[in-house]
Amino acid sequence: MTQMERVETVRPRNFGVSYDWDELVQEDRVHHLLYTDAAIFDAEMRHIFGGTWVYLAHESQIPNVDDYVTAKLGLRPLIMTRDSDGIIRALYNRCTHRGTTLCRFEKGNKRSFQCPYHGWNFLNNGKLRGVPWAEGYGENLTRDPKFNLAQVPRVESYRGFIFGTLNASAPPIGEHLGPIRKPIDEWLDRNPGGKVVVCEANRIKYKGNWKLAYDNSGDGYHVLYSHRSLLETENRFVDENTEKGMSYYRTAPDEQPMYMQYMGNGHHFKDKRPNLQPRNGGLWAIESLHPGMEHVEQKLRRQFGDRADALLDLAGSEPVNINVFPNLSLLGNHIQVFQPVSFEETDTIWYGTRIEDVDGTIGEDALNDINTLRMRTQEGFPNFGEVDDVTNFEQIQRGLRCQEDEWIYMNRGLGIPGRIHTLEDGTIKAPATDEMFMREYIKEWKRLMKAEPHLTIQREP
Amino acid sequence: MAQPAHDPSRHSYYVGDALYQELIADFDVVRRDDPTIQDLAERDVFRGLVEREARLLDRLQFKEWLQLYADECLYWVPSTPNGGDPRREIAVMFDDRRRLEDRVFRLATGFAWSQAPSSRTVRMVSNVEVFASENPDQRLVRSNFLIHEFWDDETRALAGWAGHRFRKFDGVWRISAKQVNLLVCDQCIRNPSIIL
Ligand code: FES
Ligand SMILES: [Fe+2]
Repeated sequence: MTQMERVETVRPRNFGVSYDWDELVQEDRVHHLLYTDAAIFDAEMRHIFGGTWVYLAHESQIPNVDDYVTAKLGLRPLIMTRDSDGIIRALYNRCTHRGTTLCRFEKGNKRSFQCPYHGWNFLNNGKLRGVPWAEGYGENLTRDPKFNLAQVPRVESYRGFIFGTLNASAPPIGEHLGPIRKPIDEWLDRNPGGKVVVCEANRIKYKGNWKLAYDNSGDGYHVLYSHRSLLETENRFVDENTEKGMSYYRTAPDEQPMYMQYMGNGHHFKDKRPNLQPRNGGLWAIESLHPGMEHVEQKLRRQFGDRADALLDLAGSEPVNINVFPNLSLLGNHIQVFQPVSFEETDTIWYGTRIEDVDGTIGEDALNDINTLRMRTQEGFPNFGEVDDVTNFEQIQRGLRCQEDEWIYMNRGLGIPGRIHTLEDGTIKAPATDEMFMREYIKEWKRLMKAEPHLTIQREP
Repeated sequence: MAQPAHDPSRHSYYVGDALYQELIADFDVVRRDDPTIQDLAERDVFRGLVEREARLLDRLQFKEWLQLYADECLYWVPSTPNGGDPRREIAVMFDDRRRLEDRVFRLATGFAWSQAPSSRTVRMVSNVEVFASENPDQRLVRSNFLIHEFWDDETRALAGWAGHRFRKFDGVWRISAKQVNLLVCDQCIRNPSIIL
């Protein structure tokens, strides 16, 4: 941050309600108010979606100068721009005149944004360029920084993922991510050039609190039950020796090599890769059935011989859940974003990713086939799996209306000797179905809710 | 039209680049404002088929519904209003014959929580337009739809328009591809789990 930029400290807010966070978040259980209280949600928009790093967008959505895409920081509408100098910014989508949103389109390429209400015009770095009939003002508004757009003061990328926070004292993004960087690196590096490009998305809304999705993001306990229709469908043609998809949850999931790992700062990681055969084609072997898969497989095997296995794996769904608190989840080949709407409504956006032939070793034709198949593999889970999960999230929200029955338990695995291990780097490992990650991330949530963060917004000088 | 070499209910060999190109080109036709067939008798044939499909879906008669489709068929719900290119973009749904049968199978497992209980729907189809074709065994049809869906605690309306590609097999018109263009195709949709 340079001296010249104008930083404004955000005044602390008194919500008129005070909570005993230690009473609401206990070692083995949390209170239903975390999911059902509008005032707590309001406080989260400041302490969590403000006080810590939040995922905003992917660099591949704004590859060129003057590109923009709209996004949200909690409920705050943003315009993510790559400004005319190539700098990535998270501008508040809020006119400094009387507050209307400036940009109502999802994406595009624009050097400036003109307010549809009275015509104030802003450059894509947030500076006010001009206003209609300027002589009606007693001063030159373009010289006063307070009329430049507010923007998120800290915007940093990690390997293409753009994060932002209002918290002036947050550590750099790399440090904040810490050990979860390793699975993110591996998730990227399995693709040519360590890159993915975001394409369109599957988008699902549910009437429930956003934390229901985050609680579920590493939950290995629900798979066999919540996804029973999916598992039965995926396996309707196969025998027990060639099980597809997540069928490895069927028998004693806690005794299998897959595991759950808490990575600090609310982030956690479910690694199912150790259950696969460690060979090229190991991923493809358990991939369930998708449109065009036999066609592409036959074609690639003819063209590439032994190398086809590795190429087919690129279309397969990587069996990991990399969950970056509070709103990002990398799973399969998806970049999933949790977008809170209210204490009882959440949008989940499952961005698809495709790959590029970075070093020219795949060739256009095969790249096209792999990416096409990759689209079809990614459409599978939201259609046949996620719909059942979000139905269960909604029904949790409904059940929690029984307000005298106060507690939600997340005690699976707790207190069993030798079950959970803290490693040298401070990360914590547990069997696949443990709720350890929920207990750990909610501690981080509690820490953030108790703290009074130093929040700022910034304007161009 | 020729019989498939593989059973498309089991194996998906027919979904390749040629099919995608043809699909994109065909559904461009129903986006144009070209004059359509005015002959009422011909229009009624396709209006009847589209209405029949709506009725079977409302009645949850999925086996019979699948019989309206060609063996090598496609069911496509784009995630952008212009349809886009499904080779480079995720679709809301993009099903071949096997995946359509997966969809029906899943609903019948008894464990599809998103449809337990099932949605109740009534569908209205209208504005049926039939496009002329050089090929006597193919017709592209455009129609508008309005689906009222009751599920859980709300009744909602899903509106849009559909493109049907009909092809004649042994003298019978069957749906070889359907493109469903939802008005809310690029928005977050609550429980998108009925067949459209
Ligand atoms: S609200 Fe934007 S110019 Fe008035
Ligand atoms: Fe799940």
